[in-house]
Amino acid sequence: MANRQATGYTLLFATAICIVCGILVSSFAVSLEDLQDENIALDKQKRVLEAVGLLQPGEPIDEAQVAERFAPIEPVLIELASGEVVDGETATFDQQRRARDPATSTEAPDNLAKVKRIPDRALLYEVRGDGGELEMVVLPIEGLGLWGTLYGFLALDADTTTVRGITYYQHKETPGLGGEVDNPRWKDRWPGRKAFDDEGKVSLAVIKGFADGPEQDPHRVDGLAGATITSNGVTNMLEFWLGENGFEPYLNRIRAEAN
Amino acid sequence: MAVKKSEAALDPLFNNNPIALQVLGICSALAVTTKMETSVVMCAAVIGVLTVSNLTISILRHQIPNSIRIIVQLTVIASLVIVTDQILKAYVFEISKQLSVFVGLIITNCIIMGRAEAFAMQNPPSLAILDGIGNGIGYSAILMVTAVLRELFGSGKLYGYSILPTVSEGGWYLPNGLMLLSPAAFFIIGGLIWALRVYKPAQVEMDG
Repeated sequence: MANRQATGYTLLFATAICIVCGILVSSFAVSLEDLQDENIALDKQKRVLEAVGLLQPGEPIDEAQVAERFAPIEPVLIELASGEVVDGETATFDQQRRARDPATSTEAPDNLAKVKRIPDRALLYEVRGDGGELEMVVLPIEGLGLWGTLYGFLALDADTTTVRGITYYQHKETPGLGGEVDNPRWKDRWPGRKAFDDEGKVSLAVIKGFADGPEQDPHRVDGLAGATITSNGVTNMLEFWLGENGFEPYLNRIRAEAN
Repeated sequence: MAVKKSEAALDPLFNNNPIALQVLGICSALAVTTKMETSVVMCAAVIGVLTVSNLTISILRHQIPNSIRIIVQLTVIASLVIVTDQILKAYVFEISKQLSVFVGLIITNCIIMGRAEAFAMQNPPSLAILDGIGNGIGYSAILMVTAVLRELFGSGKLYGYSILPTVSEGGWYLPNGLMLLSPAAFFIIGGLIWALRVYKPAQVEMDG
């Protein structure tokens, strides 16, 4: 047997271990990717249902039921800058990938949500009632928290101001602190609050401490204890995505159509 | 060093329990035990990783250069944990989301590294497998007892089924919210360690 203490042997052994482990990990990652992507897509649909209140957090639900409850919800592809609906495949639309590609995105102006690039298109959801009238819109939101980007949905009433719900489907915040963005009790504090003030300015902030009920205190939401940076991150991403670089053109169009 | 097979597998249950005697792996024991469902998946993941890592390290024990043995163990364990995480994400997505970072943190679970260094490096593969399973089950036993108590008294349920109908659902049981917070797991595990040491006084540490 080779001398186990020799430098050459040590280097050789380390290289071999790295190669074997590398192949093992990457072959698993590649072969399971399709299944994982399916799960992620289904999970995203569930979070949309949660944002519009068609699914209670933690409620067990299978794929067929998700599809059934998704019936009144229509994915809509829009051009962000104009807010107009555009044609395109909604099932495979990947906003994150689009935002990374220079051909389909523009550099974002300096912003507190730390969004670096804005995609040209966005996928949102419109919820319609039995008569086809618009009831809610569900907007994708994202922005930096403490450890990484939070991705979620904000559901607004057809009046484009009243919040109907908020959920996050992907984040890296600390469990128990920033991770409490997933806490159903915190999410329950959102419906009924107003995203814009009387002058049409974005005005909804996660504050430090407790806010009153939606009637008395429509523009503020309870902070997450011990997670100031995550709380501010939520405020900043609302400001960005409801603002002029985000969905303002789209929301303006909805408002114009309602009148 | 002669270790009997039955000892390798059974000792970690009561006589040398990784959580109760060695007080290792507490971090995940606090975090994932609010519900039985997440605990079961966590236990299965730890038993799997521990057994395979013990086996791998034991097979390689004569080849691993002494100067880099810890980092080699860590590489093997980390790879296994990533694979486990990928499998969980593919087959039990909801639960893997609830376990969040704690699956990844199996890498730093002292039990696994501890068994690799203390046992698998010195013993043949057959014993190392048994030791891995035994320690995994020893860890799981404590986790499951904690999870049963926390889920039953914290939300009136066992494995998601309602056992004690809670007031909010029209029943009589007022859930103990403390049970759902991390300190409750400390109290329960502390109580278990106390009970085990009363039953087996040899485990009591003497003042040095």
